[in-house]
Amino acid sequence: MPYTHLDMLESRSIHILRESYSAFKNLCMLWSIGKDSTVLLCLARKAFYGHVPFPLVHIDTHYKIPEMIEYRDRLAMEWNLDMIYGENRDALEKKETFPDGRTTRIECCRRLKTEALTHTLAGDWTRMRLNHETGTYEPDENREPFTGVIVGVRADEEGSRSKERYFSPRDGRGDWDADDQPPEFWGQYKTDFAPGTHVRIHPLLDWTEVDIWEYIRREGVPVVSLYFNHGDGKRYRSLGCWPCTKPVDSDASTLDEIIEELKSGKFARVAERAGREQDREDGGGLEELRRGGYM
Amino acid sequence: MSATEKEHLSIVVAGHVDHGKSTVIGRLLADTGALPEGKLESIRELCRRTAKPFEYAFLLDALKDERAQGITIDTARCFFETKKRRCTVIDAPGHIEFLKNMISGASRADAALLVIDAAEGVCENSRRHGYMLEMLGISAIAVLVNKIDLVNYDRGTYEAICRDYSEFLASIGITPTAYIPVSAAQGDNIASHSERTPWYSGPDVLETLDLFPCGGSGEGLPLRIPVEDVYKFTGDGDTRRIVAGLCESGSLGAGEKVVFYPSGKTAVVKTLEEWFMDGNEDRAPTRFYAGKSCGFTTEEQIYVRRGEIACRAGETPPKTGRAFRASIFWLGKTPLVSGREYVVKACTAKTPCRITAIHSSLNAASLEKTAQPQSVGRHEIADCTFVCEREIAFDTDASLPATGRFVIVDGYEISGGGIITEALKTEEAGAYSSARLTKDERAKYMNQRPLTVGVPDEETGRLLERALFAEGRFAYYAPRLSDEQKNALLSAGLIVLTQGDGEVAAAGEEDIGEILIRSQNALELGEE
Ligand SMILES: Nc1nc2c(ncn2[C@@H]2O[C@H](COP(=O)(O)OP(=O)(O)OP(=O)(O)O)[C@@H](O)[C@H]2O)c(=O)[nH]1
Ligand SMILES: [Mg+2]
Repeated sequence: MPYTHLDMLESRSIHILRESYSAFKNLCMLWSIGKDSTVLLCLARKAFYGHVPFPLVHIDTHYKIPEMIEYRDRLAMEWNLDMIYGENRDALEKKETFPDGRTTRIECCRRLKTEALTHTLAGDWTRMRLNHETGTYEPDENREPFTGVIVGVRADEEGSRSKERYFSPRDGRGDWDADDQPPEFWGQYKTDFAPGTHVRIHPLLDWTEVDIWEYIRREGVPVVSLYFNHGDGKRYRSLGCWPCTKPVDSDASTLDEIIEELKSGKFARVAERAGREQDREDGGGLEELRRGGYM
Repeated sequence: MSATEKEHLSIVVAGHVDHGKSTVIGRLLADTGALPEGKLESIRELCRRTAKPFEYAFLLDALKDERAQGITIDTARCFFETKKRRCTVIDAPGHIEFLKNMISGASRADAALLVIDAAEGVCENSRRHGYMLEMLGISAIAVLVNKIDLVNYDRGTYEAICRDYSEFLASIGITPTAYIPVSAAQGDNIASHSERTPWYSGPDVLETLDLFPCGGSGEGLPLRIPVEDVYKFTGDGDTRRIVAGLCESGSLGAGEKVVFYPSGKTAVVKTLEEWFMDGNEDRAPTRFYAGKSCGFTTEEQIYVRRGEIACRAGETPPKTGRAFRASIFWLGKTPLVSGREYVVKACTAKTPCRITAIHSSLNAASLEKTAQPQSVGRHEIADCTFVCEREIAFDTDASLPATGRFVIVDGYEISGGGIITEALKTEEAGAYSSARLTKDERAKYMNQRPLTVGVPDEETGRLLERALFAEGRFAYYAPRLSDEQKNALLSAGLIVLTQGDGEVAAAGEEDIGEILIRSQNALELGEE
């Protein structure tokens, strides 16, 4: 076989992206600006020959590191992306967040991410859409619910994600019934669904963290510089909101060094999300969030 | 592939409920150092806190309900490496209730470990899973006789189970790679040879993973590219029409003649298309091989669409037709019956279908066969004749498995899978149209596709109902409808206007255009 492991992963993901594109009229892709969803975005450009024929949705918690937002808007302009963001205005205005000391971490995630996501997808909260002529965001007139939502989660990230399907149905409220998932085999996915429900699509399930970095290196995928050490011996391994994501101690300042560190260096046996406070092993905290619609 | 890159292998671990599948994988991960630091400790801590005995299985059984009940509900994927290979290990559930999840996991595997409890011996799902593996096309199997500690490492017990199970495997044409006596709990013969089984000299589980044959390449086989779509992205002056699909077998180069089945249209490949972010021309492909999600343009501007299969002229063509015989397995909550309408999805083709005969059914655990049954129950295997509404292309040769199988959709759910064994003439299979009217027939006659439209109030409903009639559409307004009533009206082919949610939300006459477009007859649009 002339193809490498990365080629095969790429090919399977492209197949899933193309199947979603032909099955769903109202399709979108979540772009968290992290390395995984950026790889996913590049896979979409590859699947559709340089074009991205559906909108990208970013959930802005307002606690993202500022560099991430700059990077998002720069690529959105450069790659001609149909860029949309959504947010939980109410919670932000009332300061019902963890950094404001008004909620727990999990509750904060639920409100700023899950709730914002659910309503942005459903279209009942304002969607802000990038106007490429002015370079600014405007309220979007299209309020049709998205019925297919492409998400860059990986099975190796954490327990409940290891159980996911490529096409994962959600009910009207976005809830995931992890105990009764539909069968999925022979490259045939659940593309028929009842009105009011939607399907989460996971093209990266089979990728590991190392696969992602090797692909970034091979394809020249641009990633935010926060992933690299800039001389202070610290870098981010996983990006989220700054109050809940800690940089790790690491001297890796190039792609080669990051890959080396993951494969045989200091992180070969340390979980990626170890720096995330909300999913420490507690027998189901993240699963609860995910059942409620979290990515 | 570079000389240094490790081969990749996916392995499913299957077998009867509680025979120790998750424990085997947990142990394998723990003993090969594949776990993140602190993972094992955090599970031990969790077990202490919840006053449960420690289980290696909790490394895999991550869902709350799974841990609460000590059972695997859904398949998990995990990753680790052997000397020769990068492995994806898929943990399948053993409970019959979750057979659909076992199949979802196993269908992605190249090889299987089948776990049998030494104390319990061969059970119902030991056989059923073995049978399903064969149907899914997985013949590389190793049998683990687990919990050998419970029978004091007794050789006689191990040999009796080997005899019993090999008899069953032989009956379905499988010769396993190895039979290994193991104790997942104690770590015997998992990642190292155990001294407690001096009478066993074969490979341990870890070594066995490197012994499995690694997937065939599909080279030397005829080309099969099921068409997923034809892309024409007009943005930025892009005028290419690209036929896109996953190459299932064979290979393709520019200048070669392709034939699309079932339409029989032909064209010469103009360019192989691939996009690179770094714009590096040197990476442009010279041929596409099996496994590649590819795309190409043609010299002639022919009209092809999703559902056709691109093949190479001069190679063995696929069969085409509306009727075939197939071995199927059924997962639906209600039994499969003949006469009722289902949908077949075979590669990218999708067509309504009907079963005109159920020749026999089989209980895959007892191998008990019933001739001419009335219906096929959940988890049963059957031999059926299918007649489809539209013609499809398929293969019946075992060397082309991907284009010889299909899934059966009942309502919104994938409810079964099948392998086509024989192409039939439609007359032999019983005419399709003799049965009840199909959705498509109705849509064709009424020249519209049924649709629900949500309206804010009665006035808007009545107004739109009339406006749609004026456009030659059949619409019906009812203020409130139960799901059952709504479905009945939709089955009758109507555009249903009702207060509340609908596929289209309409506030007034200005939304009529949207409703017209969405209810446009699909056949007319040339879609499916
Ligand atoms: N004594 C002994 N017990 C074992 C061994 N392997 C597994 N067990 C126990 O058997 C029980 C079931 O193990 P699991 O690994 O959960 O079984 P499973 O096959 O994954 O079960 P399902 O996924 O629910 O079908 C657990 O309590 C294990 O501790 C073994 O080698 N020896
Ligand atoms: Mg299990």
